[in-house]
Amino acid sequence: MNVFILVLLPLLGSVLPPLAMRWGRNACAWATVAVTAGTLMLAMPPLMQAFRGTPASAHLPWLEGAGFDLTLRMDGLAALFVLLILCIGLLVVIYARYYLSAKDPMGRLYGLLLVFMSAMLGVVLSDNLILMIVFWEMTSLSSFLLIGYWQHRADARQGARMALIVTGLGGLALLAGFLILGQIAGTHQISQILQQGDLIRAHPLYVPALVLILVGAFTKSAQFPFHFWLPKAMAAPTPISAYLHSATMVKAGVFLLARLYPALSGTDIWFFTVSGVGLTTLLMGAYVAIFQHDLKGLLAYSTISHLGLIVLLFGLDTPLAAVAGVFHIINHATFKASLFMAAGIIDHETGTRDMRSLNGLWKYMPHTAALAMIASAAMAGVPLLNGFLSKEMFFAETLHVELLGPAWWILPTAATLAGIFAVAYSARFIHDVFFNGEPQGLPKYPPHEPSRFMKVPVEILAGLCLLVGILPGLTVGPLLHLAASSVTGEPLPSYSLAIWHGFNAPLFMSFVALAGGFAVYGMRRRLFALHERLPFAPDAAALYHSLEDALIRAARALSQGMDNGSLQRSATLLLGAATLAMLLPLTGGGIRGALPASPLDGLTLLGALLLMGASLLTVLWHERRLSAVIALSVVGLLVALVFVRFSAPDLALTQLSVEVVTIMLLLLALFFLPQRHDRLTKISGRIGDILLAAGAGGGCGLLAWGMLTRPVDPISSFFMEQSLPGGGGANVVNVILVDFRGFDTLGEVTVLAVAAIGIYALLDNLRLPVPLRDRDGRLWATERHPLILSQVTRFLLPLALMVAVYLFLRGHNAPGGGFIAGLVAAVALILQYMASGIAWSQRQWRLPFHPLIAFGVLIATATGAGSLLLNHPFLTSTFGHVTLPVVGEFELASAMLFDLGVFLTVVGVIMLILANLGKLTRRGTRLKENR
Amino acid sequence: MESLAACVIAVLVACGVYLVLRARTFTVVLGLSLLSYAVNLFLFFSGRLMTGAPPLATSPGPTADPLPQALVLTAIVIGFGMTAFVVILALRARGELGNDHVDGREDK
Repeated sequence: MNVFILVLLPLLGSVLPPLAMRWGRNACAWATVAVTAGTLMLAMPPLMQAFRGTPASAHLPWLEGAGFDLTLRMDGLAALFVLLILCIGLLVVIYARYYLSAKDPMGRLYGLLLVFMSAMLGVVLSDNLILMIVFWEMTSLSSFLLIGYWQHRADARQGARMALIVTGLGGLALLAGFLILGQIAGTHQISQILQQGDLIRAHPLYVPALVLILVGAFTKSAQFPFHFWLPKAMAAPTPISAYLHSATMVKAGVFLLARLYPALSGTDIWFFTVSGVGLTTLLMGAYVAIFQHDLKGLLAYSTISHLGLIVLLFGLDTPLAAVAGVFHIINHATFKASLFMAAGIIDHETGTRDMRSLNGLWKYMPHTAALAMIASAAMAGVPLLNGFLSKEMFFAETLHVELLGPAWWILPTAATLAGIFAVAYSARFIHDVFFNGEPQGLPKYPPHEPSRFMKVPVEILAGLCLLVGILPGLTVGPLLHLAASSVTGEPLPSYSLAIWHGFNAPLFMSFVALAGGFAVYGMRRRLFALHERLPFAPDAAALYHSLEDALIRAARALSQGMDNGSLQRSATLLLGAATLAMLLPLTGGGIRGALPASPLDGLTLLGALLLMGASLLTVLWHERRLSAVIALSVVGLLVALVFVRFSAPDLALTQLSVEVVTIMLLLLALFFLPQRHDRLTKISGRIGDILLAAGAGGGCGLLAWGMLTRPVDPISSFFMEQSLPGGGGANVVNVILVDFRGFDTLGEVTVLAVAAIGIYALLDNLRLPVPLRDRDGRLWATERHPLILSQVTRFLLPLALMVAVYLFLRGHNAPGGGFIAGLVAAVALILQYMASGIAWSQRQWRLPFHPLIAFGVLIATATGAGSLLLNHPFLTSTFGHVTLPVVGEFELASAMLFDLGVFLTVVGVIMLILANLGKLTRRGTRLKENR
Repeated sequence: MESLAACVIAVLVACGVYLVLRARTFTVVLGLSLLSYAVNLFLFFSGRLMTGAPPLATSPGPTADPLPQALVLTAIVIGFGMTAFVVILALRARGELGNDHVDGREDK
């Protein structure tokens, strides 16, 4: 389980730096150092295991059926990256403490850095493709936040967004590629996939999978043509650039190439794509780097170029090239991180990174200058430094490519040319900054050496460059061997890590590169002038921006075309699409099923005609609102009769009482809404609406007809059989509600309660104009509570409540139950409110509605939970028989208690809604009187 | 009988859709009510048309399907909750925006 901790510790530790900020910046930095160093310590045992050849792994099942497991594994390649991530991370943390100014929120930087570190460790340790994608996206997201760390700067925000979009798109492609790869191999476990290289390469889906995965790797590693985000990402604070853009994040792409090397490499398409892209990037990056005036810009393009070199090496597809690739990953990480740090020191001490102002700093900061010179000499590939060794191996490998045939000379020539460029820009970095006259117009003058500890990380890294460069076999040898052999997946051919291999072609190429590079640098003024006059310089970033703009414009046009703020338009589109989707399958015919039609009787026909007529009247009268509501109530009553006609007494009772409440609600609402309105839609629009309505109605009718004429094999025989023995009730509908599907009902009463609370909130503080006259200009009646009604309802109330209790008690065996009883009781109460006024009614019974609702839901839930106490599943019911005088024998089931909860909720909800809406009339009246 | 039931649903849906497409909030509420009648009836009819056989476990012989009935029963009550919410929302819009157009503003 040790391996999981490596990923989890930085992630969990990321909350520490922001918390530690209250004890100052040093505490914050120390907390981060402690987390990083702790992770490094914990990484030691699995690292040792990797060296012993028994990779440590950890496995946690997740979605086993889908092949998604949390599997981490630290083999040689992962071990190398874990070391790079943690060691360079530690140095960057120390460096950042001195780089950040007092204004910068240090806790956020360190916290995000640790999140990123965790994500990066996750990428290199994952042994499952899906898990790796998760961490991969996490690096994209956290690097977005890190690049945009200085949120107040527009370039930082834009750079961060560009990096996120490019790497995010790559991540999407990578996900697709991984899924295909998983399909081909039949597993998502990487260590198993790596052993199926032959099967994968022979599969017809190999090419799409490879291309998609390469897009992911190339976007992450800033390969041509996706390289443009990296220079823009230089808006990040320099410690972030040193970490993300030299050693870790951009290396994730080449890591992926190395990781999947045994599974994907060894085909022509691999060779030509990977080495082609790598070569283009190598040359383009090196060339462009020469002309950068910004220190970090130069380093960014140089990074692009070196990443291209590594990609090219993996593309060459020989074991030794893979060794050289891994070696260069190590070397580039060390010298580039130290160069970024040196650039940061220069920026920090002079206030500028422009090489046209920076000159002659040797006099002011000799120590820093010496360190930077070592690192850039390593970058140029000067002997006795680590960059020289891997570059020498690279030159040697370019000479052994057989696939190109007679054109074999292309690669060595291009490699030498890239070497020349590299020497030229390295020379520029040294000569322009540290020599070449006096500094000009520095924002901070005179510059001086930075604080001691800011240089320590640079010293360590520069020292490593020297040490590896002089004693490669003793220092980096074992690690390189370990990592490279786990890349190729087979024993490595013999190779020697030495400075001197005798006079041979690679040495000659190195010499040409050195001499040529200095010559190019010497001619730089003429070259700069020539470069300025180049007629055509393809700018990938500009292309990206115009693409982005076009995309945004298209998206805006589309969304505004779909939704211009008009509900009618959206509803038309939605209903139209739904109607089409419904009608198209119906065009095939064969709608009518096999069942014979049942006989039609006159009374039913009359009822149906009335129902249809009333609903048409609702439409015809919709501008005369009161009439429309009356017509609607007729529809509702007839629907209740339909339920009676077709054997659903419970539904009929429910529909009847809901109808009363709904109509009362609509009448109350009508009081506040404008009495008349003008016709808004043009006649053409109305015809379109009629056609759409006819289509929708016809489609639904056909669907219903098709359904009704087909035989049915319902699942409800179970409920019928089990209702008495299992639920203790004969009314199956009620038993289903309170027992079989009690959990659904619990959800439903909760929804009701939530709706009521929402309505209460909407009514809070609502002021509505109260009309003085009705639509015909007559004054509203002044007597508020008709005497006869108010007296009669007082007699009716106890009777109605008794009916409610009766319906409730018998509900388990005969039509009735909590819903219906609650509705009946609510109607009875509402009648009192209408007849005698809210004030009077509330004086009579102080019924607090909110607690009523809460009690209802609580009782229902508690009934369910009660069965948990008795070790039965939630909502298990029990019952017994009770005999009461008058009522007779009935069952007293625990489900009845549940039904009581339903009853209380329904009463509370309806009363809450109607009583509060009714109160508005009083509030509104007061408003009127004040006026 | 089956064709008649289908006709009822067709008319309810057509009327409901037409009203939902109007520009005044109250009319839309009326349309939604008609639509929910239609949906409830459709669900109910999925248990097929049975005459004089309410789903009681004590009654002999075949009875109506209790499951769609149980579904529709709660749908009716929830439908009331939804109607009430929309109505009050319409009132709130009227109070805040001063009109009862579904877009909260009169057309220019």
